[in-house]
Amino acid sequence: MSRIRSEEVRELAVLARLELSDQEIERMTGDLDAILGYVDALKDLDTAAVEPMTHAVPFDCPLRDDVVGVSLPVEEALQNAPRREASFFQVPRIVHKGGGAGEDES
Amino acid sequence: VTAAAGGEVRGASIAALADGVRAGKLRARDLTEAYLDRIARLDGALGCYLLVDAEGARRRADAVDAARAAGRDPGPLAGVPIGIKDIFVTRGIETTCASKILRGFIPPFESTVTQRLADAGAVALGKINMDEFAMGSSNENSARGRVHNPWSLAHVPGGSSGGSAAAVAASLCAGATGTDTGGSIRQPAAMCGVAGMKPTYGRVSRYGVIAFASSLDHPGPFGRTVEDVAALLEVMAGADPLDATSIPAPVGRYRDACRAGREGGGLKGVRLGIPAEYFTAGMDPEVEAAVRAALDELGRAGAELVPVSLPHTRYAIATYYLICTAEAASNLARYDGVRFGLRAPDVHSLAELYSRTRGEGFGLEAKRRIMLGTYVLRAGYYDAYYLKALRARRKLAEDFAAAFTRCDAIVTPTSPIPAFRFGERMGDPLQMYLADVLTVAPNLAGVPALAQSCGFTRAGLPIGLQIIAPPLGEEACFRVGAAYEARTDWHRRLPEDPPAGARREVTS
Repeated sequence: MSRIRSEEVRELAVLARLELSDQEIERMTGDLDAILGYVDALKDLDTAAVEPMTHAVPFDCPLRDDVVGVSLPVEEALQNAPRREASFFQVPRIVHKGGGAGEDES
Repeated sequence: VTAAAGGEVRGASIAALADGVRAGKLRARDLTEAYLDRIARLDGALGCYLLVDAEGARRRADAVDAARAAGRDPGPLAGVPIGIKDIFVTRGIETTCASKILRGFIPPFESTVTQRLADAGAVALGKINMDEFAMGSSNENSARGRVHNPWSLAHVPGGSSGGSAAAVAASLCAGATGTDTGGSIRQPAAMCGVAGMKPTYGRVSRYGVIAFASSLDHPGPFGRTVEDVAALLEVMAGADPLDATSIPAPVGRYRDACRAGREGGGLKGVRLGIPAEYFTAGMDPEVEAAVRAALDELGRAGAELVPVSLPHTRYAIATYYLICTAEAASNLARYDGVRFGLRAPDVHSLAELYSRTRGEGFGLEAKRRIMLGTYVLRAGYYDAYYLKALRARRKLAEDFAAAFTRCDAIVTPTSPIPAFRFGERMGDPLQMYLADVLTVAPNLAGVPALAQSCGFTRAGLPIGLQIIAPPLGEEACFRVGAAYEARTDWHRRLPEDPPAGARREVTS
C-alpha cells in the first residue's frame, strides 16, 4: 500500500513553489513513499506525555537594545539582484491595470 | 617544517605552523605558497576547492608577516592556511553552497567564524566543495563536481563537509571549517582519517552560515589531530551578538584539555560510557574491531569503561529526517530568484518565477528534502509527523542526559561503514540516510561530539572513533581524544602523495 500518490506529490510541489518534471514527480513519489514508510516506526514510540523539543539548548530570546545600528547599504543589498530598477528588486508585474491583483493573469 | 620556502608542509600540524610563524622561524607567505603549490598540483584529482583565492591568501599572509615584523602579535593562528567550506559566506568572494541556485552570489558580509579565524591570523586559501546545501553523506550531491577520498580516489570522502575533510587529509590546507547538521563534520572526518568536532549547539556562531536546519546546524573545525581541532575551536567558539542562539558561557581551554589527556595520569578517574545500541548489526566488522581495540586502549590509558544505554537510538534517523527536512523546506524558501542567485528567464508571473527558478536551481536531494519537509509541515500531517518528531527528539536528548549521570563521555564508532564507492548509495536515498545512524542523535540533543581516526580497513580506508560529551563538555572530548592520540599513531598516517587508488583491494 503506498502512502503517497503522484497527485499529492504534484500538489506538494505547487505548495513548495518547485517546478518538477513528470520524471521527477514519479521518482519523488517512490522516494517519499519509502521514506514515509521508514519514519512510520516512530508511531511505536509513546510520546503522549512528552513536551515537544524545538531547541537543543534552552535559551531565552535575548533582546538587543533598541538603538540604531549599522545596516547594509542599499547598493550592497542590491548588488546580487538578478534584475533591479533604481533601488528596487524587479519582478514580474503582480498588480495589474484596473486595480486587479493576481499572479495568474498574464 | 623547515623555513625554506615553506618547506614540506605535508602533514604539518597547526601548532607547528603557528608556533613557527609566531617565533619568526617560518614566514606566513612561504607557508601559503607551499599550500597553493600543493593545491595546484594535486587538487585536479581530488576536487576539494571550488575557488582558490590565491591573491587574497598572499595578501593576508603578507599582513601576518608584516604584523610580526612590526612587533605586533600576529595571532594564535598566525599564518595557518585553512580551507573554508562554501557554506560560510565570505565578503566579496563567491559563495554558492555548491548549488546552481547560488552561482555568482557575492556576499556583502562575512560570517562570524571566518572573521574570527582571519582576526586570529589564519590565512583562508579558498572555498571548499560540499554536498549542495550540506545535504548528503558522500559529497555526491554537489552541483559542482565530485570530491575524491585521498585514501582511495574510487571512494567518496563522506559528506556533507567532504571537501573539507579530504583537503585536510591531503594537506591542501592545515585545517578547515565545516558544518554538521546530522554528522556532516564527523562522518567525513572518519572517512578521510582526520579529526573534526561538532561542538555544543550554540557554542559556535551560525551568523553567515547558510542555513539548512537551523536547530541542528553546528559549525565546527577540522584538523589533522585532536589538538589542531582544539586550537581552531578556541578561536571559532564564543558568544556572538549576531546569533541569538549562541551561548554566552566563556570558551573552554581546549588545548589545555588536550595536554591533560596526553600527560600525567592519562584518563585515570575518567568514566567512558559504551552504549550497546551503537554496536548493532549492520556494522562493518572491520569498523567494529577497530573501535573495540580503541576502547581497550582507552582502558589501558586509565579510563573506566561502563556500559550505558541510549534506548531511543533506533528512532534517531526518523526523528532527524522529519525535523531537518521541515526546517530545510522553510529555510530554502528564500531562494526565489528575486534578490540573489539564479533567476529563471522568460517567466510571466511571480509564481512562475519562483517555481521555475527553484526547479532549475536545486539539485535532486535539495528538492527531495523540500518536498518531504513541505509534506510533514502540511495541515493535517503536522501533528503526526513534525510534532511527533519534536517529542521523540526530547526522548533522545533525555537518553544522553541519563547516560551522562553515569559517565564523563560516551565512546562509539563515528560511521558504521568505511568510505563507499561513488554511486553505491545514490540510487536509494534511504540507504544514504542510514549512513548517518550513529551521528544524528548528538545533533538532536545538541551535545558536543569529536571524531578522530582509530584505524584502517585492510583496503586502506580510515575508520573513525566518536567521543560524545555533555553540553559544553568539549574539554572531555579533547582530553579523551588526545589521550588516545598519545598512545596511537593513526593520526600520523598520511595518504599517498599524490593520492592514488586503494592500496589493497579485498576480494572475498
